[in-house]
Amino acid sequence: MKARKPRNLRRRNAIAGYLFISPFIIGFVAFMLKPMAETLYLSLCNVSVSTNSASTFDATLITSLKDTNYYRALLVVPQYKDLLMNTLSKMALQVPAILVFSFFIALLLNQEFKGRGFVRAIFFLPVILSSGVLIGLETNNILMSGMKDVIAESSGADITGALEEILRSSGVSQKIMEPVFEIIDVVYDVALASGIQIVIFLSGLQTVSPSMYEAAKMEGCTAWESFWKITFPLVSSMILVNLVYSVVDFFMRTDNEVMDFITKKITPGMDYGMGSAMAWIYFMIVAVILGILAAIISKKVYYYE
Amino acid sequence: MSKTKTVKKSDFWERNKKTHGYLLEKTIWKYTYRVIRALLLFGLCFLILQPLINKLSVSFMKQDDLYDATVIAIPRNFTLGNYRLIDELINYWKCMWNSLWIALLISCLQVIACTLVGYGFARFRFPFKNLWFACVILVIIVPPQTILTSLYLNFSSFDVFGIFNLVLKRKLNLIGSMTPYVLMCMTCMGLKNGLYIYMLRQYFRGVPKELEEAAYVDGCGNFQTFVRIMLPDAKAMITSCFLFAFVWQWTDSFYTKLFLGDKQVLTKGLNSIAGRLDNYVQRQGWGTFAAEAFLQQMISTGVLMAIAPLILLYLFAQKGFVESLSQTGIKM
Repeated sequence: MKARKPRNLRRRNAIAGYLFISPFIIGFVAFMLKPMAETLYLSLCNVSVSTNSASTFDATLITSLKDTNYYRALLVVPQYKDLLMNTLSKMALQVPAILVFSFFIALLLNQEFKGRGFVRAIFFLPVILSSGVLIGLETNNILMSGMKDVIAESSGADITGALEEILRSSGVSQKIMEPVFEIIDVVYDVALASGIQIVIFLSGLQTVSPSMYEAAKMEGCTAWESFWKITFPLVSSMILVNLVYSVVDFFMRTDNEVMDFITKKITPGMDYGMGSAMAWIYFMIVAVILGILAAIISKKVYYYE
Repeated sequence: MSKTKTVKKSDFWERNKKTHGYLLEKTIWKYTYRVIRALLLFGLCFLILQPLINKLSVSFMKQDDLYDATVIAIPRNFTLGNYRLIDELINYWKCMWNSLWIALLISCLQVIACTLVGYGFARFRFPFKNLWFACVILVIIVPPQTILTSLYLNFSSFDVFGIFNLVLKRKLNLIGSMTPYVLMCMTCMGLKNGLYIYMLRQYFRGVPKELEEAAYVDGCGNFQTFVRIMLPDAKAMITSCFLFAFVWQWTDSFYTKLFLGDKQVLTKGLNSIAGRLDNYVQRQGWGTFAAEAFLQQMISTGVLMAIAPLILLYLFAQKGFVESLSQTGIKM
């Protein structure tokens, strides 16, 4: 009897655990695994739609595994390839920018100063402003950009433009400055995209105990050194989290061109097979990039326990 | 008063002399740093707020002001007509009411389900736990567009193991009702639910185990412990998740378009402003299409009206939201 007790407890524990996560298991199998398998199948099939009624989605899909040309065809579709390359290169620029920016802002917001609550509130505002449908409406708002131009012209001081001009003519090599200008141009996008990341970094910074900094100061550490020796390693796990979040968020945004392209292909275009194939390729690329990045960064992460 | 001040001042210089100028240097550095920081923060705050302010000023303008080059930020002909027009075009109050109850219902369901699952992952040991958690990560990174088609087809002829087919002799068409989305939310498959599971799991992992052990010793069951001990503790985190869910549901157009096609909600209203404005212009006999500037003005007004409730909510909940998120010290 006594010997059986631990096993019993473990089993009870396991049953309780499964009960708790059962909603997820049901949902995952029914609404994720099954659809994913089906779209994979669709993407390998030759799909045609038989519209037996006027409504689009009463239509039944006729599939045959004969013609599996979608993946090969995709490598030829120039538009999709260009979109993919565009998105990838944009990501390579924007994700590091987001990480650096949000880390920097989190450091600033973690300090004591007057009106800190207010400033924090403003920096988290993008969580609302850059979500869902709003960002799509924002991107092609001609009036707003027109207004910005008017303001810049009338006040005669387009500061960034002027600075750019000075830097260009100062003889510093173009190639060095070009990426910098690009980052400056997207600084609004970056600020909008880094609401959540700032929160996550802040939460990380606040777990670092102040006594550690005190001890370092006693030992004669400068602020610079204590940043690299204390702050940076202790929030490195947050860097990993933020990296994953930023990459996923970047690829899944509603204003992402590839996502838009795929949705348009499927919903009005009714090109299910092609759309599924595109979505799968995209998903694979995201998964591979994420895997590589996470593998590299997680080796450098320092866990304090 | 002045005397103490002078004393202090001389004191400062004296002390400065004693430190061979180090004190002065340090003070100067301190204040320059503060000024630079203030400027930087002000600039960035302005950058974030500027589009909002722009929209606000445009939304109060009459149409003439849009074409008047001398009017930039402050409207010359102040009007509330734009707001009234939007209300007329998209039936604002009805839309808002729909958005409100849908977002409330959906986010409540999502948070309840995710809290249960997050707790399950954080506290129990069961076989294949890591595999299931890998599935959570998968849910986070799979774009919903990937499974869009087949989800749609599944729900247009919905069936659970052939039961409905057996009983009703037909499959159910659930498209157009809210049932599919409610089902998905109850099973953690809604918008960004993987993220909530992850956040809550990290939070629950950080709570000391002794609390629960004490409860077990006192005779609480698993579920009772969860409700009585863990839930009150996690209030802050759950509130943040709820707010995220609420905001994202409010502004979401993907799932809304897919599952709530016939419901008049704000995001749909926003997307339909362009078409309706054209109709309105035609009815008024001003032409066949609304002028671009007018359209953009209306969209800005619409966006402002759509996010106004969120901003209100944010202003009230901001303190708890921000502080709770940053002080729970989520160990990710």
